[in-house]
Amino acid sequence: MDVVPIIAVITFFQLAIIQKPFLQLNQTLFGVLLVVMGLFIFILGLESALFPIGEKMANEFAIKGNPWWIIFFGFALGFSTTIAEPALTVIASKAGGLAAGAGAIENNKDSVANFVLGLRFTVAFSVGLAIAIGVVRILKGWPLIWFIVVGYSLITITTFFAPQEIIGIAYDSGGITTSTITVPLVTALGVGLATSIRGRNPMLDGFGLIALASLNPIIFVLGYGILVYGAGGL
Amino acid sequence: MNSEIFAILGNALSGTTLDIVPIILVLGFFQLVAIRKAIPHLKQKLVGLGLVVLGLGIFIVGLEQCVFPIGTQMAQQLTDLTFLADNDSVKLEALQNAKHIAPGVYLWTYVFAFLIGFSTTLAEPALIAVAYKAKEITTGAISAWGLRISVALGVAAGVTLGVYRIVMGSPLHYYIVAGYVFLIIQTCFAPKQIIPLAYDSGGVTTSTVTVPLIAALGIGLASSVPGRSPLIDGFGLIAFASLFPMITVMAYAMITEKLAKRKEIE
Repeated sequence: MDVVPIIAVITFFQLAIIQKPFLQLNQTLFGVLLVVMGLFIFILGLESALFPIGEKMANEFAIKGNPWWIIFFGFALGFSTTIAEPALTVIASKAGGLAAGAGAIENNKDSVANFVLGLRFTVAFSVGLAIAIGVVRILKGWPLIWFIVVGYSLITITTFFAPQEIIGIAYDSGGITTSTITVPLVTALGVGLATSIRGRNPMLDGFGLIALASLNPIIFVLGYGILVYGAGGL
Repeated sequence: MNSEIFAILGNALSGTTLDIVPIILVLGFFQLVAIRKAIPHLKQKLVGLGLVVLGLGIFIVGLEQCVFPIGTQMAQQLTDLTFLADNDSVKLEALQNAKHIAPGVYLWTYVFAFLIGFSTTLAEPALIAVAYKAKEITTGAISAWGLRISVALGVAAGVTLGVYRIVMGSPLHYYIVAGYVFLIIQTCFAPKQIIPLAYDSGGVTTSTVTVPLIAALGIGLASSVPGRSPLIDGFGLIAFASLFPMITVMAYAMITEKLAKRKEIE
């Protein structure tokens, strides 16, 4: 069911607009079968492992009552999953090539590798920080919207000082940081925490961790751009 | 072909395993050092984690074997100047020499962007997970399909507008900042319960399935439109695709709330 729309769109465009037959139809059909099967197995694992683990951990932390552990846990989870994120590695190395081409950093292997590593650490640190802040927000029960308004204002202000080359990358980095395995775990953590603490509503307080994890990297990458390129101004 | 597929499957599995290793390390560390309790149903959970890795691995191989090659090829063909000129050599020359291409020429690209944004989002595993959770908490008040379709519509609209921006070459941050302002105003009127979920759905939408296809579309387009640089203009589609779902999810909640109120009055 979940992949039918993709297949419909691609078939329509191939046959009606581009008007060429499919190359390697067999292989394509086999691929579709794999997609459907893989999704089914993934969801099975989601329900039997990722969701219960996230909730159980949140629950245990709430019972333990020491908030520092769970804040630290949030940071570690955000940092470690982001530093390993393949999509981030791809975008970071593209950004490295761009920076070298623009003459912002020296155009040799070492300085590009440094730039890429710096960018990855920046994003990973900002995601860790975002989840830690998000956990504090759930513990305190503060409304999410204040964080969003402050975050967006910071992004808008920083954008005006940021060099043009980094803006697209920065805005994109917000969306790619949260991978398919991280999202269910972080969601279960937030919801579990909000369920375990008295007076918190899982709907109002439980969600919002991903939102912060998508917002914070934008600010930090813009900042990183200013640091590397120097203030650009628009 | 078979041995090739197994080699690719092996690669994908080691990729998703690498994805999950840091998670397991962090979980293990905190379980042992902070919580200091044995993990209940350890076996069952390990099997579950294995299923997550295996399922995601197979899923990605299937995508790489069937969806991505066709999608990427399609994005290139649709933005190719020869296709846009209907194979007409006079038109082609005019397009090649044009400093400025009328945005209307890319009509099919917009349609493709909309449909591919919509359909890939429906298949996004992370979104399925969040929609499932939201349904569970609200005991069905927020239906999983309603949420997924409104997110998908948001991604579709966002990617289409993002593609239009690449054709026009206008600065990304004007659109994004305007979107933020709109979003914050809309938040004041949206039902309180939905706000955190709506903001979460922005980050959730763009992962395994959507990012590669959309990135291919952006880079294909930015390299074929005269005057655009793939490195500068090719970025930004993901930002659009993360912004618009927040707007549509809130709109979805506002509409369902209104409908529910109307029913009560009747």
